[in-house]
Amino acid sequence: MTVDPEIMRLLAFLVGVIAFAALNAAYLVWLERKEAAHIQRRIGPKEVGPFGLLQPLVDGIKLMTKQLIVPDGVDPVLFKIAPILVMVPAIMSFVTIPFSETLVARKLDLGLLVIFAFASVNVLGLLLGAWGSRNKYAVISAARVVSQNVAYEIPMLVTVVTLVMISGTMNLSEIVGLQMGGFWHWNILNLSASPLMPVAFLIFFVCMLAETNRAPFDMAEAESELVAGAFTEYSGMGFGVFFMGEYANIVIGASVATILFLGGWDCPFGLFPGVHWFLIKMYFLIFTVIWIRWTFPRTTFYGLLNLSWKILIPISFFNLILTSAMLKVF
Amino acid sequence: MIDYLKEIISGTWSLFVGLGITIRYFFQPVVTVQYPHQTLSMPPRFRGHIELIKNEETGGTKCIVCGMCQKACPSNCITVNGEKREGVKGKVLTEYILDFTKCSLCGLCVESCTPSAITFSKDYNLAGVSKEAYIFDLKKRLEAKN
Repeated sequence: MTVDPEIMRLLAFLVGVIAFAALNAAYLVWLERKEAAHIQRRIGPKEVGPFGLLQPLVDGIKLMTKQLIVPDGVDPVLFKIAPILVMVPAIMSFVTIPFSETLVARKLDLGLLVIFAFASVNVLGLLLGAWGSRNKYAVISAARVVSQNVAYEIPMLVTVVTLVMISGTMNLSEIVGLQMGGFWHWNILNLSASPLMPVAFLIFFVCMLAETNRAPFDMAEAESELVAGAFTEYSGMGFGVFFMGEYANIVIGASVATILFLGGWDCPFGLFPGVHWFLIKMYFLIFTVIWIRWTFPRTTFYGLLNLSWKILIPISFFNLILTSAMLKVF
Repeated sequence: MIDYLKEIISGTWSLFVGLGITIRYFFQPVVTVQYPHQTLSMPPRFRGHIELIKNEETGGTKCIVCGMCQKACPSNCITVNGEKREGVKGKVLTEYILDFTKCSLCGLCVESCTPSAITFSKDYNLAGVSKEAYIFDLKKRLEAKN
């Protein structure tokens, strides 16, 4: 019996992608707790295993042993599919992400579009979960999440359109391929295309924080105002899956930022490009995301919308016009 | 328009300053004490429950059973008992009971003690399941320590 190697390849990638997403979701919680602790000059988890490395495992077991409470009056279908709707698109997006020249599950010509299509499902999951739980805090949280995501999707997509104009392709591998050969070729420093590229990276990064509902834009959870926001009625692994989905989305966001702006698997000095450079850049961005969470307090809701509509959107449109003018002239 | 851009630039800069402060903290050494594994030594004026001081010459207590501490105690939590013994000058302490459930750590007993036989202990790890666990016999405590 012969097995089609293409099917074997897809199976290997399926297992690999799910394992990578789950491992990251578990160990980013550990990283978050450690980093938060050291910023506050504590140690953080240290009792379970060396450096507390077995903590995520034990936390997972604890969450799985807890009862899944379904409160009276919730929407039975929406309440249950909402966590999955947050987790699955995040895993799906990994399919198109090129970790190196050869390490990619599917080289889609519209890879960038696929990622943003799936990323918007994340918000839908939060909205359905919050609406389905029949809880006033959850509904307030859902309303905030939706308006926040509408506000931040625009500058993010305008920035991405700018990049697509420069690259001329939506294939993620080709976008990285155009940035090879040292850090001065990366899009973040592509000043000949537009002098505002570093600003575009900042805009993209801020929007990524807002899209993944990370602090200082964590309006979805807002534990000091809304109990736990959209997750108020979830217990045990229902909450756990939401949590893992959130971290998987951060990994996706950091990967996309790496691919679009930081040259993917390219080495900054032109030596030994490979998957390790991709991971170094991606984890540095994730480190920064956590670092930001433990530095800034949560913004007010008005501050958040003002930032998007009054600052990020005008600047990203200005950058778009500037880039198209520069592309036309040069 | 100029003010708008100035505000954006100064605002962005202030965010980077904030990030700089936290990353400096990140690389500084840890200041917390890992409690069950490490403990802090208590400062000299820390007030735990009282305890008897060991008499270095005899190995017993310095207490002369005058009962001043018992009288000075506003909450009546000290009971001192002594007896006359053959060949010993003065009284000998037989029991020194402290009811720590009533003690407010005011220190009047320590102040009133003429031979300076009692002091505050540095013991703060107190836990028990019954009220009786906090009725201490300080003489037995001292003997157990020796």
